[in-house]
Amino acid sequence: MSAAGRKVRLSGWGRSPVAICPLLRPGTVTEAIGDGRNASSLIARGNGRSYGDASLNSAATLSTLRLDRLLAFDPVDGLLTAEAGLLLSDLLALFVPRGWFPPVTPGTRFVTLGGMLAADVHGKNHHIDGCFGDHVREFELLCGDGVVRRCSRSQNVDLFRATIGGMGLTGTILTVTLSLRRIETPWILQQTVRCRDLDETLAAFEAARSAPYSVAWIDCLAKGGGRGRALLYHGEHASSSAVPTGRRAPRLTTKPPRLRVPVDVPQWVLNGWTVQAFNALYYQQGRPGSTLIDYQHFFYPLDAIGDWNRLYGRRGFVQYQCVVPTAGGREALLQLLALISAGGSGSFLAVLKQFGSGCTPGQGGLLSFPMAGYTLAVDFPVTPAAFSLMLEMDKVVAGHGGRLYLAKDARMGSDMMRASYPDLDRFRAICSAVDPDRRYRSLLSERLAL
Amino acid sequence: MTDPLFAQAGPVADGGSVMIIGALSDVGRALARVYGREGHPLILAARRVERLTADVQDLTMRFGVPVRSVELDVLDLAEHAAFLDGLGGLPDTVICVVGLLGRQQEAEKSWVQADLILRTNYLGPVCLLGEIANRMQTRGRGCIIGVSSVAGDRGRASNYLYGSAKAGFTAFLSGLRNRLSRYGVRVVTIKPGFIDTSMTRGMALPPALTAQPAEVAEAIWKAQVQGRDVVYLRPVWRLIMWIIRLMPESLFKKFKI
Repeated sequence: MSAAGRKVRLSGWGRSPVAICPLLRPGTVTEAIGDGRNASSLIARGNGRSYGDASLNSAATLSTLRLDRLLAFDPVDGLLTAEAGLLLSDLLALFVPRGWFPPVTPGTRFVTLGGMLAADVHGKNHHIDGCFGDHVREFELLCGDGVVRRCSRSQNVDLFRATIGGMGLTGTILTVTLSLRRIETPWILQQTVRCRDLDETLAAFEAARSAPYSVAWIDCLAKGGGRGRALLYHGEHASSSAVPTGRRAPRLTTKPPRLRVPVDVPQWVLNGWTVQAFNALYYQQGRPGSTLIDYQHFFYPLDAIGDWNRLYGRRGFVQYQCVVPTAGGREALLQLLALISAGGSGSFLAVLKQFGSGCTPGQGGLLSFPMAGYTLAVDFPVTPAAFSLMLEMDKVVAGHGGRLYLAKDARMGSDMMRASYPDLDRFRAICSAVDPDRRYRSLLSERLAL
Repeated sequence: MTDPLFAQAGPVADGGSVMIIGALSDVGRALARVYGREGHPLILAARRVERLTADVQDLTMRFGVPVRSVELDVLDLAEHAAFLDGLGGLPDTVICVVGLLGRQQEAEKSWVQADLILRTNYLGPVCLLGEIANRMQTRGRGCIIGVSSVAGDRGRASNYLYGSAKAGFTAFLSGLRNRLSRYGVRVVTIKPGFIDTSMTRGMALPPALTAQPAEVAEAIWKAQVQGRDVVYLRPVWRLIMWIIRLMPESLFKKFKI
């Protein structure tokens, strides 16, 4: 019985926009079903790590964080069933010591299984293993018509595909069954490659195609010949024979980070000069070569700094993450980098990654973001200048047949949405079939007319 | 199961069994997670025991410790002894998180509500822990942790029935500690301020003074490990309640708090 939710100020990880939402916090799946049936309109929210307005509904927002029980685990094939609010950080703390690893992980471990499914998150292994949804065996979904449906590749298939990447709009995800993969050690064998310009960076991605994990940090502010310079990291799970005998177990943290950003940093601190200086230093410190690092440092470097979203000041920030298809991708990236460096308000963390064509072509989420090509993610503070810059970038992305990631977006218009997600009408029809009144809504779905 | 390559540094558990009374509450659930993580066999006691099925499964899978649930109505005083006999061995540690805020205004007019508040927060826990204390004394070892409240430190208009029951419970724990300290039985009093739970849902609580259930559970475990007697949660409440207790009654009675 979680009764009427208390009104709280909520936002996504980018801290903009902010909405006052009655927050429902059911403690059991049964309570969640009751809450879901009672609300006139609602959206489920996991750990609030989508960046924009995806997890906000000012009529009712249902937190799944208390629904975090493990329900079943098969130690032979690694099939795990858990309630949707289970945090990836809990999953890792519990299963890495037993030799299991999530099939796909985003860049933070402070996300819930339900959130990972709803955003169909990708990781550094997308070029080989596809998205999170590709590894989900089945899930239970409370739909807008009050019915709980079990969805898989053989049952409620349409709803299965609409929910993967469907941003919570098909209903409340209650439980998730996914397959974990075997690992021998918690270590990653990491290679660092220094790339002097975009062509070298793209070539390095090609060269690293067979590496299980790859990602590049890219200096968005570098101009001229150094445009697109990057540090490319690729890695693989270290086998036990790759770890020197006598090597101590890694120091892994299970508690919240001790290092936190204690205050909202004034916006002027992160200006073109400081970020440029940081980027230059960062690029220089990257040592080419091979090293053994623990999985937390490899996958979640920013998780070590609590509340890092406060770095961008009280007004918050937007993460612009786009993907452009392989054909024409190089030109599109050059144009985007030119726009960003001319704007001068780039970010510390710009990430470039090559996507593959996914491991279930034609079977994936209807609103899933990835496509074969290149994805670039850049943070911008919430300022008028950055918003006009992003409008310019939209044109480049749309012009090359690319699109934006809904889990990061807080500002795209509905025209661009419609033009860049071809299965949108089918998605809407599937939602309406199980939710005739479209009770599942969020600020994102209203903004984009989903 | 655990390979040395994966081994993580952590406190070594003494492995004694722990019974949580009020295991369905938010703090009870969080306590089970903490004590399970530390390797303690768990006994989860609650009135609506069937609701614990998913938690028993979850805790077993998470920590690989023995976990079972037992049905217990703390208000059924006559059954306490039989309940303890039926456990098949007295737990090493017993933590009582039973509590009911109740409806103060209704309790002012109706003895039924007042009776429920007093029995849930005082009489039930006192009789049960008293019986457990006697058995621990005979055994010559054990630890009893009672979760009381800062509301017991001074009566306030908004919740004085709850507060007076908690005041009594605090005094009971104090006396019990005094009595049992020479018999190898420890008694710990936990005094939380605000906790973000279903009991307080819908109330506007100041975030800086409001603890999360997981935080409370960690602090209780730490209090036991460190051998503390009385612990305020968050610790700032010790200062706040010290000031509130110091206020002269002539002044305090005029405040609306």
